[in-house]
Parts: sequence; structure tokens; C-alpha cells
Amino acid sequence: MSGPKGDRRKERLDRGIKVRSDGVYAISSWQEITYLIAPRLLLILGLALAPLLLSAFPYWQRVVSIICVYALLAMGFDFLANYVGLVSLGGGFYVGVGAYATALLNTKFGLPPFVTIPLATMLGAMICTVLFLPCLPLRGVYFAIVSLMYPLLAARIIEALDIFGGTDGVLGVDGFANMWVDQYLLVLSVLVLVFVLRRLVEEDIGLVFRGVKDNDQAVKASGININHYKALGVFIASALGCLGGACLTHMYMWAGLSQFALDFSIIPIAATVVGGGGTLIGPVIGCLILVPISEILRDFGSLRIAVYSIILTGFIVFKSEGIMIYAARKYEQFERWVEI
Amino acid sequence: MEIIIYGIINSVSLALMAVGFTLVYGVSRLPNFAHGAIYILTGYLTWLLMNRLGLNYLFSAIVALGLTGLIGAAMYQLVLIRVRGMPISEIIASYAIGLAILEGLRWGGLKGGTFRLPPFIEGSVNIFGVSVDFQRLFVVVLGATIMGALWLFVNNTKIGLALKGMAQDERAAMTLGIDSDRMAVVATAIGCMLAGVAAIVLLPLGSIVVESGYQVLIMAVAVCIVGGLGSWTGAIMAAFIIGFAQILTVVYFGAHFQVVVALLAIVVTLISRPSGLFGRQKELEERV
Repeated sequence: MSGPKGDRRKERLDRGIKVRSDGVYAISSWQEITYLIAPRLLLILGLALAPLLLSAFPYWQRVVSIICVYALLAMGFDFLANYVGLVSLGGGFYVGVGAYATALLNTKFGLPPFVTIPLATMLGAMICTVLFLPCLPLRGVYFAIVSLMYPLLAARIIEALDIFGGTDGVLGVDGFANMWVDQYLLVLSVLVLVFVLRRLVEEDIGLVFRGVKDNDQAVKASGININHYKALGVFIASALGCLGGACLTHMYMWAGLSQFALDFSIIPIAATVVGGGGTLIGPVIGCLILVPISEILRDFGSLRIAVYSIILTGFIVFKSEGIMIYAARKYEQFERWVEI
Repeated sequence: MEIIIYGIINSVSLALMAVGFTLVYGVSRLPNFAHGAIYILTGYLTWLLMNRLGLNYLFSAIVALGLTGLIGAAMYQLVLIRVRGMPISEIIASYAIGLAILEGLRWGGLKGGTFRLPPFIEGSVNIFGVSVDFQRLFVVVLGATIMGALWLFVNNTKIGLALKGMAQDERAAMTLGIDSDRMAVVATAIGCMLAGVAAIVLLPLGSIVVESGYQVLIMAVAVCIVGGLGSWTGAIMAAFIIGFAQILTVVYFGAHFQVVVALLAIVVTLISRPSGLFGRQKELEERV
């Protein structure tokens, strides 16, 4: 919000069309339907058509898949941070667990990708939830610090014990039949899961989640076990991350220590802040912006992490609401200066 | 004997790394996740001043420390002040600044063993049959000196007492006319300078690499959590516990597990005694 200049203040009014179209019954014309549907359709069609449009550039087609993997993670982060109140700085842990789970299922048991991916998602999410169980009573800074440790700890332990292929990782994982399969698998997962999550947080259970975030003592006093809900939240978020990790492993036909890397922890956070936290769609948009930037900067090595850190800091300081919330406000409301 | 001597040295190094972090957190409730980055940055600045401008070692170390203090103050004044009181944003913003510094330095060519600070005094000495080099002895001496000096500073100077007041009760301190933001700037600057001092003393033992920035952050956080965030005695005790535990692990299990010890210490402490060994009771409520 920009500060008042002199004796003026900014007044915001909902556009008439928003007022009428907010309740579904009031939609009375194509104009209003378009107003409601256009932005949603733009995202859905945009993501669905992206692999087709980019088919001339195989490299950028791959980037679409990577965007989707990050988008899944970022959604998980946003959900966990803004609806359950647990800030998890260790997104890499979910990806890593999903990646190793699917790689081991595939190489040790010879299961095909369309079995390993759902199985690894569920199994990985369960492993993550069980491992995070002891930390669930923690709040705020403390949970953030512990979750930051998890991917580092996991990578160190694998390295030190030399299990799961040690530093080489698990090689020889089956790839997808062709590129279109992984592209559309990921694009569809992102679209479906955005929809599901946005519905979920509007349901009763979403209300409890937000209660846990805003005032866990009150939720406790209502006779609800908050740790149960926190565990459920971690399960959902880690399932998203594990799904991303599982797809990534089949895409690269390899699972290794780099899947616990910093990139998977920092980009989703940056995307959430840039896109607008608490909207669930914002993180996807954030990924659509940040991941291509990261790909362009790939030649510069670690400069890209520095670049998103700076973007991240800039957004936190100057535009902490994020793009999505800002855009929604501009789309739905008039703004004007009024004299006081 | 070896275990005891190296354990003490390791513990003092850990205490040095952690003292800046615990100071900033204690005074302004701000987890400074850029701590490790500041540590490396000071080392690098000292190296630059010495090797590029050809300055004297002591002088360049002092200049680098001054610059670090300024950077810390600027970091608080320009960025962190806007996110005070929003724990999530505080963590993310300071972590992002740290990452930007560390990865920026890595991109700028800070890798490999080419960047080294010379030890203050070459040579080593035999203590109870264990050979210890002078630099390591110096770490212990300086560590003790810094702790003492800080204790005197906090208890005997006006700024120090104001910092202490802030740490105990921010609102009460404000009603007594202590400017909370100005004190937080001072605390961040001092915290960063303490990280810098640790860097200048400890870096000559190895080379300046970006990875140790992350290590230092983890160690500082580990020590502070085990000791109870914001508690000084706790931090020092925890430094000794973790320090000896690490040396024992290195001796009996292998060097790979050194970091695992710190991480496990955090997890175990948070789960069993969330307010840390010496954490104050009122913190319990905000953690669990």
C-alpha cells in the first residue's frame, strides 16, 4: 500500500462486475462469465499448450517440466506456511526422499514409472511425515531451523554411510516413454493439484488448518489435536514435493545427492514470495517467472542463486504482497485518490 | 589428553562462531541467518585488503571488521527493519541476504584452496605431549578475551546496559527511553563484527571457502539452540558440549559424522527440552 501524500488517501472500490459475479447466481451475461473465467482459462490453457508451442525448442520444453516440479514444491511450501503455519525451509528434503524412493522402487523391484511415481509419492510423503513428527510441536523460527537441517542431514548421512549408491546416486532408472508423457503428467498434476488445494482450504478442514496457524491454543481448547492436523499438512506438502522428485528422477533417469540441494529449497520460497503467498496460485506464477530466469542464468553457475536471493529480498522488502495479490486487486477493484 | 586439548580448542571456536548470532537474537529477537555469510565475507575482505592493496595484516583485519560492522548495520537499517516482527519474513530475508553474499562470492571466483590467510604466529608448542600450533592456542586465548570483554561491555557501558535491557524486556526498555531500532542496529553491527572476529582468528586454520559459510551458520544455530536461544551462559556451555561431542565422534567414528553431531544435537534438544539447556521459561510458550 502506498503511503498517503498530503491530505489524500487511496480509496478502493470493488468493480460492479465483481460484486455481481461473486455469488454464482448473479452471473447474467457472457461479459460477466468471461470476467470470471478469463484469468483462470489463461493459466490453464497457457500451461497446457506450453509444451506444444515450445515443441520447436526441446530445451525449453524440458524447462516447462522443471517449472512444474518447482511449482509443485512451491505450492507445498505456500500451503504449509500460509495455511498451516509451518515454515519449511527444507523443500529439498521432500524432493530427495521422493527421488530416492522412486529410484529404488524402479531399480530394485523393477516397477514401471506409472507404478513407481504414485507409490513413491505416497511412500515418500509417509517417510517425510514420520521423520517430521518429532518436530511438529515446534513453531515459527524453530521449525524453520530444524526443517533447514533435514536435507543437509540426509545428504550427509547418505554420504557418510555410503548407502543408496553414496555420492554417485542411484543410476539406471527407467526414463519415460517419450517427452510428452512427462510434460503432460506434470502439467496436469500442477493444474489438478492447484484446483484441489484451493478447494481443500475452503473446506472445513482448511478452516482448522488456518486455526492452527492463527491461534493453536484456541484450536487445542476446542478439543482438536493440532499435531494431527500439522502432520496432515506436512503429509500433503511432502506428497507434492515427492511427486515432483519422483517425476524428476524418471526424467533424468538418475537420483542423487543433488536432489537434496539448495535449489529445491530456495526457489519455491522465492516463487511463493514473488507470486504472492496464501493464494496457492501465486507460487505457480512465481515459478513461471523465476525458473526461466534461472535457466537463462545457468551459464553463470552459482550467480543464479544470488540473483533469486536478491529478487526475494527485494520482494519481501518492497512488495511483500506478491504479484498475484497485487494483480487480483487491480483486476477486481477501482483505485482512486480522494481528498480527506 | 589429545581429546581434551582439541576438545577445548574446538569448543572455543564454536563459542566464537555462535556468540554473534546469540547476541543479535538475544537483543532483537532476530535470527540472523546471514551470519555465516558475514563470517566468510570478513575473511575475504581481509584477504582482499592484504593481497590487493598490500596492507599490513593487522590493519587490514581491523578495516575489514569495520566494514563488516557497517554492512551489518546497513543490512538491518535497509532490509530487516522493514520485516521486524514477522518471523517468517525475518528468516527468509536474512537467509536470502546470506545466500546472495555467499553465492555471489562463489560466482566471483571464491573457490578452491587459493584464498588463505596466514597464521598470526607460525610454529607449534608441546602441551602435555600434544603438539598444538600457536594459532589454535591463540583461538583459545582470544576466545576467552572476547567473552570477557563482551561481559564487561554489556555490564559496564551505557550502550551495553541498553542492549541488556532490550534483551530482558523490550517494552520496558522503550519506556525508559531506549531507542529499540537504534539498539537493534548496534546489536546487528556488533553481532556481525563478532562473526568477523571469529573469521579472522579461525580462517587461518583452513582456507576461505564458501561451504564453510554454511557450516558456520549451522554450527552457530546448533550451539544457540542447544544452549537456549538468547542465553549467553547456555551458548558457552552448549559450545563445550557440542565441541567435545564432535571431537569424540571424529576420534571414534570418522570425520564424516562431525556435522551430523551438530544436527542431531539440535533435533534432540528441540524435541526433549525445547527451551534449550539454559533457555528462559517464557520462551517455552513461543516455541511449543
